[in-house]
Amino acid sequence: MGNYFQPEIECASQEQIRAWQDERLVKQVRRVYENVPYYRKKMEEKGVTPDNIRSTADLHKLPFLTKDDLRDAYPYGLLATPLKDCVRIQSTSGTTGRRVVAFYTQHDIDLWDECCARAIVAAGGTKDDVVHVCYGYGLFTGGPGLNGGSHKLGSLTLPMSSGNTERQIQFMCDLGSTILCCTPSYAAYLAESIYERGVRDQIKLKAGIFGAEAWTEEMRQDIQDKLGIKAYDIYGLTEISGPGVSFECSEQTGMHINEDHFIAEIIDPNTGEVLPEGEKGELVFTSITKEAFPLLRYRTRDICVLSRKKCSCGRTHVKMSKPMGRSDDMLIIKGVNVFPSQIETVLMNKGYPANYQIIVTRENNSDQLEVQVEMTPELFSDSVSEISKKEKDLINALKAMLGIYAKVTLVAPKTITRSEGKAVRVIDKRNLYQS
Amino acid sequence: MTIEQISIFVENKAGGLSQVTKTLADHQIDLRTLSIAETPDFGVLRAIVNDPGKTAAILTEAGYICKITPVLAVAIDDRPGGLHKVLQLLADNGINLEYTYAFVTRASDTAYMVVRVADNQKAIQVLTESGIPLVNAKDLFAL
Repeated sequence: MGNYFQPEIECASQEQIRAWQDERLVKQVRRVYENVPYYRKKMEEKGVTPDNIRSTADLHKLPFLTKDDLRDAYPYGLLATPLKDCVRIQSTSGTTGRRVVAFYTQHDIDLWDECCARAIVAAGGTKDDVVHVCYGYGLFTGGPGLNGGSHKLGSLTLPMSSGNTERQIQFMCDLGSTILCCTPSYAAYLAESIYERGVRDQIKLKAGIFGAEAWTEEMRQDIQDKLGIKAYDIYGLTEISGPGVSFECSEQTGMHINEDHFIAEIIDPNTGEVLPEGEKGELVFTSITKEAFPLLRYRTRDICVLSRKKCSCGRTHVKMSKPMGRSDDMLIIKGVNVFPSQIETVLMNKGYPANYQIIVTRENNSDQLEVQVEMTPELFSDSVSEISKKEKDLINALKAMLGIYAKVTLVAPKTITRSEGKAVRVIDKRNLYQS
Repeated sequence: MTIEQISIFVENKAGGLSQVTKTLADHQIDLRTLSIAETPDFGVLRAIVNDPGKTAAILTEAGYICKITPVLAVAIDDRPGGLHKVLQLLADNGINLEYTYAFVTRASDTAYMVVRVADNQKAIQVLTESGIPLVNAKDLFAL
């Protein structure tokens, strides 16, 4: 109780939240209509003008945006401010076709930082804390987001970035990190490493803010027990801003969406119909305060449930469940977005057959990606070093495309199951989504 | 003076190799020698058989991936230093050895090496000039 960064916003009445949303939505729609020809055309095709949008009740009239739109409008097509007013770009990994490039004005960065600061405070953070950020820094939003939030709050920020576990633990011990921010799988790995080194009593961690990939309650329990901390989930996507679109509070029963900035809807992924509160469907976001890159009705492809049940933490903003699945085939591996089609493109370019299988596992809380491909007469050689060379070439090409390492396994021809109709390309053994 | 070797892609799983040998046995293929190069995921079975062309056809028909490669069969003295002499000769002439495997026969005191190099013609020339006998396929199966 009582841990708020902006109590007047985070605990505002439903009426107040609605009033902010109504006012900001109307303004935002007009701005986008006037400044983003790409979206204006979409609105015109649907026969909607800014005059038709008078409150959030009219939101459903607006056309959706999808990842395909981001591709079509790449790179500047959805920009709503002159480029000279932008101060930052963040991006997701992936190919040109799938890459998301988002723009930020200084105001956008300030609001994003505030969202992340709310998340840190909800996890018990104050300006007296030492916030240890080992999300990646750079184009990835994880590092910059939590870093900005920690600055905004006035905490001492350790911009560790990812990797170099030895150094991470050294800093934690020496500088007394109290709040850890990283992916849940890295947190689990760190927990194990700390345990193995027998330095558990030298660390001062009290909380962790873990996001960018799906994790289960079991994993949360495991991390909490091993590190002796409370582990909080955080959600976000580059398209909408980055981490901090929603965050968990002490109740740990879902993530409060920052509704003063983002309007959330749940739709039926097949029909696009808005579903009543409490029903499971695809999460859709509308950015009502973003200046540079304000996406309206952006389909996240994450399947979840919204709830307005009163929360014991005192916050009034709607809560979303952990994502329960995807309405597309995107995989999140080691926090990185991976589409099977990206893997297929690489295989085709390198002369491998279209028959392949992607196997994702989680070993010791760390994601492993394996791509099984069938050997072909053209690729086969009597020399193992020749084959290994080609295999290595494929691994490098996959790494360049996906940004992560994939183990390549060459299998005998016709051993990957051919299915009638839709091929089963992905076997995800992680069971990340609890239904 | 090269002989044809057949290489077969074999997945590393239980029964993977025995399936190949069964196919060969069912078709009365005579194996003179073989070697397996393996990685954690797969192996390459290399064999000298009495009829490489027919073997390749049979294996391809059975769904295997195989390849015929010309290699050298070198006769060496079956005593200390016999192998070294051949390898030294190749090294001295800058001929890169890809792989090699050996076999002996019941009939003679000679051992035989299958030698895979990048440049067969040069290797043949070097070995012949040094009086090291090469064996052709017909002789190999007459042994």
